[in-house]
Amino acid sequence: MATITIREALNQAIREELARDERVFLMGEEVAAYNGAYKVTKGLLDEFGPKRVIDTPITELGFAGLGVGAAMVGLRPIVEFITFNFSILATDQIVNSAAKMLYMSGGQYNIPIVFRGPGGSAYQVSSQHSQAIESWFAYFPGLKVVMPSTPADAKGLLKSAIRDDDPVIFIEQERMYGNKGEVPDDPDFTIPLGVADIKREGTDVTIVARSLMVPIALKAADKLQEQGVSCEVIDPRTIRPLDIDTIIESVKKTNRVVLAEESHPVCGINAEISAAIMERAMDFLDAPVKRVSGIDVPMPYAKNLEDLVVPDVDRVIAAVREVAYLD
Amino acid sequence: MASKVIMPKLSPTMEEGQIARWLKKEGDKVSMGEPLAEIDTDKATMEMQALSEGVLRKILVQEGESAPLGQLIAVVGTPDEDISSLLSEAPAKAAPAEKQPEPAAQPASRTPAAAPETNGRQQAPQESSQSGRMIVSPLAARMAAEAGVDLKSLQGSGPGGRIIKRDIEAAMSQSKAAPGGTFPRSVEPLKFQQAQVATASPYRDEPSSEIRRVIARRLVTSLGPVPHFFLTSEIEMDRAAEMRRGINALDPDLKISINDIIIKVVAVALVQHPAVNASFQDKFIRYYEHADIGVAVAIEDGLITPVVRAADQKSLSQIAGEVRELAERAKTRKLKPEEYTGATFSVSNLGMFGIDEFTAIINPPESGILAVGAMTPKPVVRNDEVVVKQMMRVTMSCDHRVIDGATGAKFLQTVKKMLENPLYLVV
Repeated sequence: MATITIREALNQAIREELARDERVFLMGEEVAAYNGAYKVTKGLLDEFGPKRVIDTPITELGFAGLGVGAAMVGLRPIVEFITFNFSILATDQIVNSAAKMLYMSGGQYNIPIVFRGPGGSAYQVSSQHSQAIESWFAYFPGLKVVMPSTPADAKGLLKSAIRDDDPVIFIEQERMYGNKGEVPDDPDFTIPLGVADIKREGTDVTIVARSLMVPIALKAADKLQEQGVSCEVIDPRTIRPLDIDTIIESVKKTNRVVLAEESHPVCGINAEISAAIMERAMDFLDAPVKRVSGIDVPMPYAKNLEDLVVPDVDRVIAAVREVAYLD
Repeated sequence: MASKVIMPKLSPTMEEGQIARWLKKEGDKVSMGEPLAEIDTDKATMEMQALSEGVLRKILVQEGESAPLGQLIAVVGTPDEDISSLLSEAPAKAAPAEKQPEPAAQPASRTPAAAPETNGRQQAPQESSQSGRMIVSPLAARMAAEAGVDLKSLQGSGPGGRIIKRDIEAAMSQSKAAPGGTFPRSVEPLKFQQAQVATASPYRDEPSSEIRRVIARRLVTSLGPVPHFFLTSEIEMDRAAEMRRGINALDPDLKISINDIIIKVVAVALVQHPAVNASFQDKFIRYYEHADIGVAVAIEDGLITPVVRAADQKSLSQIAGEVRELAERAKTRKLKPEEYTGATFSVSNLGMFGIDEFTAIINPPESGILAVGAMTPKPVVRNDEVVVKQMMRVTMSCDHRVIDGATGAKFLQTVKKMLENPLYLVV
């Protein structure tokens, strides 16, 4: 197993899938000649040529729609947004075309497309370019939403997303491209969508965390272990379909749960998980479900304020101690 | 430095204590190790010693009042230091008016229309710190229902007095010693029979004492989760009675009772039947080397079972002396916890009340208890002739998880054989 960055893992996944299936192609702003705004697509134009790796104009709604059309006639597009902030311009094609085409065509048209790119909080790019909008997409039946937190998950899940016959929203955390980890070399290594991963086993409190919150939750769990609290950290990896069974099983064991996410608290994924826990495991709860979310404001530009908005290790520790009745 | 005096844990099953008597007044000098107060625990009255030097500055729990384990009950410090920060930690005292209505204030009778289930407890003013209702986490509520723990007897340790998992676990481990501990028991919703009579009986409610609550809690951990079965045998006691008379004639101070002989015989029989001198502990079965016999002693508003350790190895006079001494101290509630816990088997005798036979409930984790009835002259057939013999009926309650029918029967056979021929004790 090689130790590589999330950026390299994503690059391997796209390269392997381009090589494996000639219906797969990649398009987006700066993906080809510039090697990608975040260098995820480095070297792919050279290797696969301009018919498979295509630079688009700055027109998100246009090329997202082009991707949906290509998928309808049998191709398997990977559409990159420079960041998911720009996918907002393409939401009509994503939500109204890609997500609903199979249903509205009476099952005639599958849309095997991946919309991918960085999302979540970045460093000091202010309100319009630093936000987590996964709950928008997870709201719609017909879309799958994937958010990896490690290089191995990034590679295995992206390959599954590309092979999936339905539209997949694949959100890479902008701050995490340089994070390193071991990735299996097997070119057929995939991770099924909709299966959570227990990143750390524990007995006292369950922490559900995804994307940027996973390393933070793991750090918090390390410190809490020193304080005598054993935390189980669950990374759903796919937030739609959500592997709620794994979360419920863990809550039944620990009786206490903290949900960590960087997005806004209102109508977020944590709200959904919280409701599901209440519906299915209320009799196992020894404390109210505790949410740790981004502060409910537009992301500030100022570094000190930005640090206050994004949940950190201390906030996760405080939440765990609260549900464990330690303070 | 002022220091806190908290309600200490003075017995293994104690959850709260009542101040029987303060031995110091506010303003009195206190030195380390000096008795501060007498505390009524669930079983005994114990002295609480000072753990620091200084002056008893403030008494927060008055005589006759109770406090849960760990609650601040007094402050010791130097005469003039500021103790307000420590005092602010004391739980806000529920004003007497907020408390449950005193039993005496209950009407002595009620209208026939009153539904039986309300039985005087208008809308059950269940205790909670602030809101006036009991706060329980869903998990704790379910655990309590399954384990048969009475939530009303608990003090919640969560925020706002919320009863949480650890409170139930604490209650269960105290009522534990119960083998296997958590035998889930589905609790049927209570069904109340509508009384058929036109007027219901008048009644009065009295608060249950600490010891009564502990007895209640421990006994439901027995008959519910412990599968009992019962073996009864009738024993001819003439020779045992004769032996007792003979020994006491040698030295009237010995005052050996029939019960002392039964304790000795049971202990010797237990050692001969190790399968009975055992305890079911869920994942394993514990076999004891000695027979430590719990002797049920009735005391005011309850009972307690002081333990005669290694009774199999002690002489009758030793057993008689110990039982007498333990029973006396039990009646004045001066037993130490280690003196009334950890028996391997118990004997309960109601013969002095003229009871012919009865069944007793096992005190977990013991595997059995022998219920002894009265010794009475009865006509029996011996060699085809009706003769009068001193007969006594005993009933052994067995924990079927560790003792099977034949195992128990063989043990009881040995007890019978030895009581009918007490010379076995010396051969």
